[in-house]
Amino acid sequence: MINLIRSLGRWGLGTFERLGRGHLFLLHILAGIPGLFLRFSLVIQQVYSVGVLSLLIILISGLFVGMVLGLQGYNTLVDFGAEESLGVLVSLSLVRELGPVVSALLFAGRAGSALTAEIGLMKSTEQLSGMEMMAVDPIRRVIAPRFMAGLISMPLLAAIFSAVGIIGAFLVGHGLLGVDDGAFWSQMQAKTDFYDDIMNGVIKSVVFGFVVTWIALFEGHDAIPTSEGVGRATTRTVVHSAFAILGLDFVLTALMFGDE
Amino acid sequence: MMQNKSTEIIVGMFVAAGIAALFMLAMKVSNLGDFTDEAGYQVTAEFENIGGLKVRAPVTMAGVRVGRVSSINLDPTTYNAEVTINMYSQFDNIPYDTSASIYTAGLLGEQYIGLVAGAEEEFLQDGDVIDLTQPALVLEQVIGQFLYSKAEGEE
Amino acid sequence: MPLIKIRDLHFYRGNRAIFEGVNIDIERGKVTAIMGPSGTGKTTLLKLIGGQLRPDKGTIEVDGQNVHKLSRSDLYELRKRMGMLFQSGALLTDLTVYDNVAFPLREHTNLPESMIRDLVLMKLQAVGLRNARNLQPAELSGGMARRVALARAVALEPMMIMYDEPFTGQDPISMGTLVNLIHRMNDAMGLTSIVVSHDVAETAEIADYIYLLSGGKIIEHGSPVQLRRSGSQWVQQFMQGLPDGPVPFHYAGPDFDEDLLKPEEYA
Ligand SMILES: Nc1ncnc2c1ncn2[C@@H]1O[C@H](COP(=O)(O)OP(=O)(O)OP(=O)(O)O)[C@@H](O)[C@H]1O
Ligand SMILES: [Mg+2]
Repeated sequence: MINLIRSLGRWGLGTFERLGRGHLFLLHILAGIPGLFLRFSLVIQQVYSVGVLSLLIILISGLFVGMVLGLQGYNTLVDFGAEESLGVLVSLSLVRELGPVVSALLFAGRAGSALTAEIGLMKSTEQLSGMEMMAVDPIRRVIAPRFMAGLISMPLLAAIFSAVGIIGAFLVGHGLLGVDDGAFWSQMQAKTDFYDDIMNGVIKSVVFGFVVTWIALFEGHDAIPTSEGVGRATTRTVVHSAFAILGLDFVLTALMFGDE
Repeated sequence: MMQNKSTEIIVGMFVAAGIAALFMLAMKVSNLGDFTDEAGYQVTAEFENIGGLKVRAPVTMAGVRVGRVSSINLDPTTYNAEVTINMYSQFDNIPYDTSASIYTAGLLGEQYIGLVAGAEEEFLQDGDVIDLTQPALVLEQVIGQFLYSKAEGEE
Repeated sequence: MPLIKIRDLHFYRGNRAIFEGVNIDIERGKVTAIMGPSGTGKTTLLKLIGGQLRPDKGTIEVDGQNVHKLSRSDLYELRKRMGMLFQSGALLTDLTVYDNVAFPLREHTNLPESMIRDLVLMKLQAVGLRNARNLQPAELSGGMARRVALARAVALEPMMIMYDEPFTGQDPISMGTLVNLIHRMNDAMGLTSIVVSHDVAETAEIADYIYLLSGGKIIEHGSPVQLRRSGSQWVQQFMQGLPDGPVPFHYAGPDFDEDLLKPEEYA
């Protein structure tokens, strides 16, 4: 019994310590961001590996999610004779929820895990200490550009996801199921507000990009420098990111759309 | 260095694609695009009851969108709803005696204004008033009337 | 005044003492070797000197500055003048050999690319890998990687270099070249070198002074000649590589016989 309480206590202390380290790490990254504007090519390089390489999975998933929404939405709406509202249903679900959330989950799986593994391996092969000994701060030189790249890429990926999804739903709704294209777009335009829906979706995706990249980089930097340690850190990145995305999504949704 | 340059180009295309997607969401998906076709002329119509009509609801003629509701007010003397419609400028040959009715798209859909063309030679102009209007059907009233007439018939 | 002055150094890993009262002086312009059995903390010592680890007690001064009292930016300034060759090489795996050697130059100087090219090729020529400059680190053997790392460590022309096991994984020819190189750099550039190694013969050949480290203490120090003549059994065993003697080959703990009598341990 005492042992149980003790291990609970140790777990709690460990968790708090990690949280503290994570926040110090974040401060250190943020301090390195102004310097990046002088060397933006470092960020561009990372936007390639973080953003461009995630593009394919985002495009394909976006298209299919949109097509499924088109089918499901049509089948539900047609019972009420409201299939013209398909555009609204699709656009609101994608722009407000599915776009930011699903693309962030995919981003965590594709780019987040890769970041953790990369940083963890750099640590275990002493590349990070090597840099320190060359008087180069690895957090500014290696971590901050990746953080910035995640922050830039995530909203773009989410926007692409939503746009492709809406096109997918249109292809199914109009091409396959014969929903009037004018009604599809005009109802969508009538009911989707730029500030309330689109901008809030963008804000969500910026927050998710921030959190996922932060978790991924911290897990890599904090990994035990062995192959097992890096493997575990990679898993933790995906799991913790998923929790963070879903939890924050609830909070943000409540804040943004709660008082309508 | 060569590789560096092609990376920059690809990243540039990625960012452009992302911004294009955002632009599409703003212009094609959301109502932001509507503010661009604001240019037009204003006419007003008075309705006894507008039901659930909202600002920015579409105004159509024969199913074609010809304008948009730009504001809704209560007339202080008649206690009717005074709806201002922003008509798109390319539809400048709408007869003066056109009538306006409030319809519902589908059973549960949004409400919109449908115009039916009249026969006058003169056209609607900025500041004109549409006199012939038909109020929105309010479901409760319709059901109430139906029950009432049914009860009367049974007597 | 010595370049590096270590006084009463104590360092613990958990409850295990790695250093308990170590004093070392490293003279300017000389090659000083630090030798000792595997796992005594030679790499740890270099990391303490580089300011990557903090001692639990005692001081380390480099060029008159207490490494662990410096502000972050001062420490980074000092490190620009310290080269370190990691045991693993620690090359940046996403850069080519060329870019690895150019890395410190690009980070710390504003030299034009043409001059960086000249410097990089010169350093790579010195380690015999000029024509391997377009390879990725993953395409190098362990010994080649170490030589690239050496070229990188001297790129900024530091005042001192710490070599962690420079000779392991080198064939006799490149070993000879490396020994020569370390020697030449010391003489030509007035560099101070600290060599951590087990290779008694090669180390004795280039070292001006040797510290023997074991069990968290300095067992013996002196010039190679002095050490060879030392009366200590320990020193003799280490210098001649004898299997039997006072230096334990085994990690500290109970005897083998004792362990054999405990079959329940992993049952
Ligand atoms: N990160 C660490 N955490 C805990 N203990 C460590 C860590 N790194 C090293 N040690 C311990 O410190 C001791 C000294 O390690 P160090 O790497 O300095 O040895 P070394 O003298 O360089 O050995 P070798 O000649 O094999 O390279 C080792 O016994 C090791 O168990
Ligand atoms: Mg070592």
